[in-house]
Amino acid sequence: MSPKNTKPEMNETNKIDQYRRKLLGGSAAAVAGLTLAPGLILNTVQAKSADQAVSNKNRWGLLIDTKRCADGCTDCVTACNTEHGLREIHGPATDAQWIRNVTLKNKSTGHTVNMPVMCQHCENPPCVDVCPTGASFKRDDGIVLVDKHICIGCRYCMMACPYKARNFIHEVLTDQLPVAPRGKGTVESCTLCVHKVDNGDGTTACADACKHGAITFGDLNDKNSLISKKLEISGGRELRAELGLNTGVRYQGL
Amino acid sequence: MKNIRYTSIEGNSVKFLALLGVYGFFILLGFYAFITMEHEGHWITGMTNQVIWGLPHVFAIFLIVAASGALNVASIASVFNKSFYKPLAKLSAVLSLALLAGGLAVLLLDLGRPDRLIVAITYYNFKSIFAWNIILYTGFFGIVGIYLWTMLDWQVEKYKRIAGTAAFIWRLILTTGTGSIFGFLVSRQAYDAAIMAPMFIIMSFSFGLAIYLLVLMAGYKWTGRELGDAVINKLKNLMGVFIAATLYFSMAYHLTNLYATEHHGIEAFVLMEGGVITNMFWYGQIILGAIIPLLIVYCPRPSKSRTMISIASILVILGGLASLYVILIGGQSYPMTLVPGYEATSTFADGVISEYSPSIWEFMLGMGGVAISLVIVTFAMKIFRLLPDSLSDSIAAPQK
Repeated sequence: MSPKNTKPEMNETNKIDQYRRKLLGGSAAAVAGLTLAPGLILNTVQAKSADQAVSNKNRWGLLIDTKRCADGCTDCVTACNTEHGLREIHGPATDAQWIRNVTLKNKSTGHTVNMPVMCQHCENPPCVDVCPTGASFKRDDGIVLVDKHICIGCRYCMMACPYKARNFIHEVLTDQLPVAPRGKGTVESCTLCVHKVDNGDGTTACADACKHGAITFGDLNDKNSLISKKLEISGGRELRAELGLNTGVRYQGL
Repeated sequence: MKNIRYTSIEGNSVKFLALLGVYGFFILLGFYAFITMEHEGHWITGMTNQVIWGLPHVFAIFLIVAASGALNVASIASVFNKSFYKPLAKLSAVLSLALLAGGLAVLLLDLGRPDRLIVAITYYNFKSIFAWNIILYTGFFGIVGIYLWTMLDWQVEKYKRIAGTAAFIWRLILTTGTGSIFGFLVSRQAYDAAIMAPMFIIMSFSFGLAIYLLVLMAGYKWTGRELGDAVINKLKNLMGVFIAATLYFSMAYHLTNLYATEHHGIEAFVLMEGGVITNMFWYGQIILGAIIPLLIVYCPRPSKSRTMISIASILVILGGLASLYVILIGGQSYPMTLVPGYEATSTFADGVISEYSPSIWEFMLGMGGVAISLVIVTFAMKIFRLLPDSLSDSIAAPQK
């Protein structure tokens, strides 16, 4: 999961990168002529090769527009489950849910809001602070992950997470997907589709799946990115902002 | 004081072997629970993604907290130089080591990856209070081990005061660390309170002394040795002070929460609407765990009965388990507020009280830890000269 753990796959990934560079290079003129979505172009430009270290020049995040989040729609949840191989096993109490649909109802006005909640990829993550072994860690680009090799399954990070974003694997798993190494007795959470980010896909499974355009993925450090522009124009709130965690996931319409 | 002779217990009787057999049975049950949980995964327990820490943690934290408290008797003797407590000090140190071993066994065997113990002691995140606790627990074994050595070996006895002082300071830091596991959790309404650290210290005084009293009384009764009223009276009075102090800290914690509107929800849950949690609090922690023991300890008639003092000690232990159940399970069951002013609903138990029903596996694991502690202290009485031959009033309190 960490940058050092990607090294053994470097040669193979480099080949893929070279292939992609050729492909992109060959069709550069055509690409330049196309009027693609600005976010896509910017994110493609920012794609890094596998031998390139993760840098704090980027701060990856999500912007959720709750006004666009449709009542009863679970496309983002389904996409996340499919992308990472999450399945129903022993019921909702113990099954992993990296992303969940939350409905909020104002106690006095009755105003209702729908929104997906996942790991908020805090700048100051409490899960990383409390982890005794350092298995919970934050990459330089702001993505909070669990190193499954040194997670001892103490679950203190789950106690510490203010968003209940973490899950413990309560049973033996089989047929895990290569993009999401998971295993019994360890803790996991939304990876912000780190495999896609590192591939330079410029999106996450949830953002990709949202047909209502409620989820925007992008670089919070890039003032020209779509997410930054949306935030500049319409703002975006942090959940539990009083904790001062500076989350990478922001919400509009709350 | 001069005539005190320490002897080990014979430990060959059928009763002694039967006692070890009972402990062994519970240890085997605990081991079976561990193997089953390790093989199947935690889904067979009552613990979920909502109630993350369950009954094993109640047992483990109780034993760890009680461990540091059990050392108090020795500390009073060595650090505060009260000669009355000196004959009681060796058992105190052994009991504290035994309780810590039992508690840590439960904590470690409940891990999702107990096979990675080596990782836990080789990878440290020094910002984590959990990581500090690993150092504090291992250090406790070392320091109290040396302290015990200075009490058992006359050649190093001159270092007893230094070792005892170091152990005393270490145990205060250790329980501060245990309380801070909850004190440092900013996310949940029931935690994130500085009072957790001193409250855990005073709880440790109470739980540790209750266990000490029971072990002392059982040790003397079952070996036919004389234990005078002077010792019992002094210890039970001390326990009374600790029970009252624990009650005071709990009151201060809840009153502070009740003053702040943002904590009214969690307080209403714990004090009034929480079902099992509310019952555990009022009947377990307050009435059985504090008020009845206080009445027993300080009312003239029951306080003269050994049976009643034993009951008071047992109630303090049960009340202690109940109080940790309230802190641990109650604190996790109550939902976190994502957006103030809004009620949340989801497929992941947002906005609802999370149910928790402890499984038999968790209970077996917890009892296994208790049995580990008891087998260590029982066996230590056989191999070390821990107990004075007699603690009759004429020996323990000759000035009278």
